[in-house]
Amino acid sequence: MSVLVVLEQRGGKWNRMSFEALAAAEKVSKASGKPVRAAVLGAEVDALAQDAAAYPVDKVVALDHPLLAQYTPDGYTAALEQFIKAVQPAVIVFPHTYQVRDYAPKLSTRFGKPLISDVVDVRANGSVAFVRQLFQGKLSADIHGASDPQFVSIQAGAFRAAEPGGANAPVEKFSVNLDASQIRSTPEEPFREAQRSVDLSAAEMIVSVGRGIKEKENLPLVEELAKVLGAELAASRPICDNGWLPMERQVGSSGQTVSPKVYFAVGISGAIQHLVGMKGSKTIVAINKDENAPIFEAADYGIVGDLFEVVPALVDEIKKAKA
Amino acid sequence: MKIIVSIKQVPARDSALRVASGGKWLEDSDLTYEMNEPDAYALEEALQLKERLGGEVVVVCAGPERAGQTIREALAKGADRAIHVQAEEQALLDALSTARLLASAIQTESPDLVLTGLQSDDLGYGQTGVVLAELLGYSHATIVMEVEPQDNMVRVKRELEDGWFQHVNLPLPAVLTIQSGIKKLRYATLMGIKKAKTKEVKTVAGSPSAPEMVMDQVYLPQRQKQTLILSGDANKVAHELVEKLKFEARVL
Repeated sequence: MSVLVVLEQRGGKWNRMSFEALAAAEKVSKASGKPVRAAVLGAEVDALAQDAAAYPVDKVVALDHPLLAQYTPDGYTAALEQFIKAVQPAVIVFPHTYQVRDYAPKLSTRFGKPLISDVVDVRANGSVAFVRQLFQGKLSADIHGASDPQFVSIQAGAFRAAEPGGANAPVEKFSVNLDASQIRSTPEEPFREAQRSVDLSAAEMIVSVGRGIKEKENLPLVEELAKVLGAELAASRPICDNGWLPMERQVGSSGQTVSPKVYFAVGISGAIQHLVGMKGSKTIVAINKDENAPIFEAADYGIVGDLFEVVPALVDEIKKAKA
Repeated sequence: MKIIVSIKQVPARDSALRVASGGKWLEDSDLTYEMNEPDAYALEEALQLKERLGGEVVVVCAGPERAGQTIREALAKGADRAIHVQAEEQALLDALSTARLLASAIQTESPDLVLTGLQSDDLGYGQTGVVLAELLGYSHATIVMEVEPQDNMVRVKRELEDGWFQHVNLPLPAVLTIQSGIKKLRYATLMGIKKAKTKEVKTVAGSPSAPEMVMDQVYLPQRQKQTLILSGDANKVAHELVEKLKFEARVL
């Protein structure tokens, strides 16, 4: 029995969340006394498997097959199903990436299990439980699978990535049986839409606006705040979905990741998808009328109040301070 | 084209959450409910596909009796009929058990497409659609931005991370989880609300399987960071904040 971590790569490059998932797997391993094994999937992944061997793992296994060159849910599920049946790990840990969201629930269903998804912490008091957030971060829950194997995916940024170092672990190959007829979907080449003209990642100060602004007509209020600060204007997803601000100004898992000196979150509740895009900011200021909004968890300074009163007052104070 | 939309009723977005005594779930007496917003986008996509290509839109929802209200809303927006799989909330806290109930209702309908939101605003497991596809033996794609049905297949545009996208071709029947915000949501018209009253809602009693997931406890998250909370008069807190940003954080 082991703790299996499934590392993610695309085109021979690691998704760095893989090593955060590895750190979570180490924590499960310490609590359960089961060794950590790593699996790498793809076509011709020898070099990657060797690279993974330098990390704190007991063994690395390469699931190498030409049909795994390009990700498909059918291919990845079939390959991992065969491997998991062969080695019977107690816990399988994934990074909670878009790719994992696409196939891991399919895989866990083959074993009659749900995926314990988007986990932020591992609790180990005798037995192991996984902490996840519900209600967009307003509630936490400790969850465990009724029986092994347990399938778990780890939220971006929840663990400090494991580092390579120490002795190299042995690398093995697992031969996967795959046939082209098993793969039903035909993916085309990934593409990027028009280049972004706004690079929020370079901004020193950002004023970001969320649902609390209520109507497009109210946007000048936060534009004024951005102007007096000399900040870039940004937004959470719903604002861009409504077309009130262009998509290129969106911060979060589906938008840009930012780390300015100051981040003002105005009327943003702080859903996980938004937090992962901005929690690296040096100083975070949150203005929200709901004192239980999860954004206050991430904030250094929180103002509980009506943004329609607080923002104009703040504009005046900043003008005074800069005068 | 026959399209099933799987929808969920969830506590309204601004609900105040109180943990029930025992710490296993929420106090539900002070909650109000609404349609899970990502599912509303899946419904919108289905209704627009039907307007373009013809066919039928059938809504499937697993939930207690109160979910009937959300089903009526979907019918008022334009769905043709609905299936309500009745089950208590406690039986629906596990994504696999829920998907099993939904799959048994969908199976007999033999749809071309099954659409659902990419996740729920309450539990947020983000997997019901994918699990449904596996249980039904259908192909699937997640986080879908565009849906173009073609002969016996569908071409979708998927969102990947960091601003990347990808087109994927899938054979029908297929399950698609729809990204929020891809179309503008419609409101139910008065006529729609009137018509909804006469539309068919088939009620089936769900018999949930034993949960494969155990929720030990739920609780309000502990603060991980020292947050200085300012409240009170707007001018006063604005002044205090600027002082802090200037002299403590030294960022102004």
